[in-house]
Amino acid sequence: MNRIRLVDHLVLLLGVFVMVAPVVVAFMTSTHDAVDIHRNGLSFTWGGHFTETYNTVLTRKGGFTGDITGARMILNSLILGIGFAAGKIVLSMLAAYAIVYFRFRFGTLFFWMIFTTLLLPLEVRIVPSYEVMTKLGLTNTYTGLIVPLLASATGTFFFRQFFKSVPEELLEAARIDGAGPVKFFFDILVPLSRTMIAAIFIIMFVYGWNQYLWPTLMTTDERFFTLVRGIKQILLVWVGSNIPDYNEAFALAILAMLPPVMIVLIFQRWFIKGLTESDK
Amino acid sequence: MASIGIKDVSKIYNGGVTAVSAVNIDIADGEFIVLVGPSGCGKSTLLRMVAGLETISEGSVTIGDRVVNDVDPADRDIAMVFQNYALYPHMSVYDNLAYGLKNRRTPKAEIDARVAEAARMLELQPYLERKPRALSGGQRQRVAMGRAIVRKPSAFLFDEPLSNLDAKLRVSMRGEIKRLQRRVGTTSIYVTHDQLEAMTLADRLVVLSGGKIEQIGRPLEVYHRPATTFVASFIGSPAMNLVSGEVHGSKLALGPALIELGATVPTQGAVTVGLRAEDLRLHQGLDGSMPFRIDYVEELGAQRLVHGLVGDQPMVAALSAEIPLPETASLSIASFRLHFFDTASGRRIDWAGERAGAAATSTVEFVIS
Repeated sequence: MNRIRLVDHLVLLLGVFVMVAPVVVAFMTSTHDAVDIHRNGLSFTWGGHFTETYNTVLTRKGGFTGDITGARMILNSLILGIGFAAGKIVLSMLAAYAIVYFRFRFGTLFFWMIFTTLLLPLEVRIVPSYEVMTKLGLTNTYTGLIVPLLASATGTFFFRQFFKSVPEELLEAARIDGAGPVKFFFDILVPLSRTMIAAIFIIMFVYGWNQYLWPTLMTTDERFFTLVRGIKQILLVWVGSNIPDYNEAFALAILAMLPPVMIVLIFQRWFIKGLTESDK
Repeated sequence: MASIGIKDVSKIYNGGVTAVSAVNIDIADGEFIVLVGPSGCGKSTLLRMVAGLETISEGSVTIGDRVVNDVDPADRDIAMVFQNYALYPHMSVYDNLAYGLKNRRTPKAEIDARVAEAARMLELQPYLERKPRALSGGQRQRVAMGRAIVRKPSAFLFDEPLSNLDAKLRVSMRGEIKRLQRRVGTTSIYVTHDQLEAMTLADRLVVLSGGKIEQIGRPLEVYHRPATTFVASFIGSPAMNLVSGEVHGSKLALGPALIELGATVPTQGAVTVGLRAEDLRLHQGLDGSMPFRIDYVEELGAQRLVHGLVGDQPMVAALSAEIPLPETASLSIASFRLHFFDTASGRRIDWAGERAGAAATSTVEFVIS
């Protein structure tokens, strides 16, 4: 019994080590200065330059134009991530609501059309999308960054499945209670979908936060740079005898990890609560 | 409060399947009507057409003096109680009760008063702040009824509201529904497949089969004078024994037995004969008119159901548990308690003997062949 427990613990500890160690190494290394990292490589020890490095990363105006700070990039990433997740949820809930609760011509056809776009990743349609955005004059705007990515087959599909599992009688009871389509949606469906919304918000936020290709293409103005792009920017200075600011890259990477982790932590609690208390 | 008229109502689905065909029911103000029938007989479809959840293919439904065929369910002034309660899971009991009123822009004070009244009537006061998942089945059912009551509608529609409850709770909820309906006096239509529920609740019951009405009548009327073999076999537990016999003059041949009817039946030759299990008497030996070969016995405590054969036709007799079961037995029945049905159509054949016998108390003598 005890032996089995010991083995269990070892396996779990190993798992934790594999998951956490890289993060710890990245964090510890980020507290050393660039020269130290260049000379000694990664380190597990505290370097003592924590405040300095993170302060620089967050507030130093950098880039070519010199008016982009880490804080600004975090803000941009947040705008992208939240706008992306919220927009996707709103759009896909409405689409799923239409598909499930309204009988209209070619409803199923539309659903399958939306569904097949799952097979087309962003990369396939990135050039035409870019062209459209350029023609609309939406490059270097938040609208241009967010809107083209909003249509979500995944979200629509998830919400459709969820709405189909809501008992028919609820709709009928609401109809008799005098709730029209709009009221039914906001009073009954949205509250019932809380857990689904939380789950999709987590997935979509992380997806939006980690977007790299699309923001790279859409933004040339540094004021719109996201954190993920910023990390790359730092490592691009490998010219002459410059030592890249490894410490800053690591610090940015750590910073870039924090918001998604927070989002998962916050919504997970909701998510699990919703799952365990849910009933039909 | 209003009367409800169902006139020539049919439901024909797109595929051409007729679920309800040309049904006529007049429901008086304050009446408790039960629609009863086996599953798939169209009773729920009929109810849902009254509620407005299904479109009416043909005919018309009137509530009060208003034809409601094209009226939205919310505007029909009805309230419905569903089999699975259909409570809003994310709302407290109070909000569940108040939701319909809020949607009708009832003043807040009035909502409070009505919810409080319904909660008092249904003994739900301690649970008003709870969510439905924290309630037991019976309590959820009461909330569902409360949601109907607070609206003070012209009619209650019940769609098998007790089927999800356990047997004991069902009996007590049945009583509660009956009392409640008496108290508020609202016209009600109640759908069930349980004939016992139908018998105990109904002012009048409507027996449906295959989308058609078999019989409408007061429970005892339906029980004592079933209009068709279907009603005879559906209402009453155990089901009425239906056997084939032949009428010759004023005598009925039932397998080996010959029963003197004492009056004429307006048909001759083959008929279907109905005998209620509780009308049968058991005799030692062959004293009775119908020799009875006992097959097996179901003990119910107060009585026992004895299954056996008369001739080659199965027959069930409900007998007192105190009567010893002899080796050779026979059955008898008061002749005025016999029911006759046309073999081909299954329709009831009225005959002089049952009316004469209804007054008589003594058993008519049998002649053993």
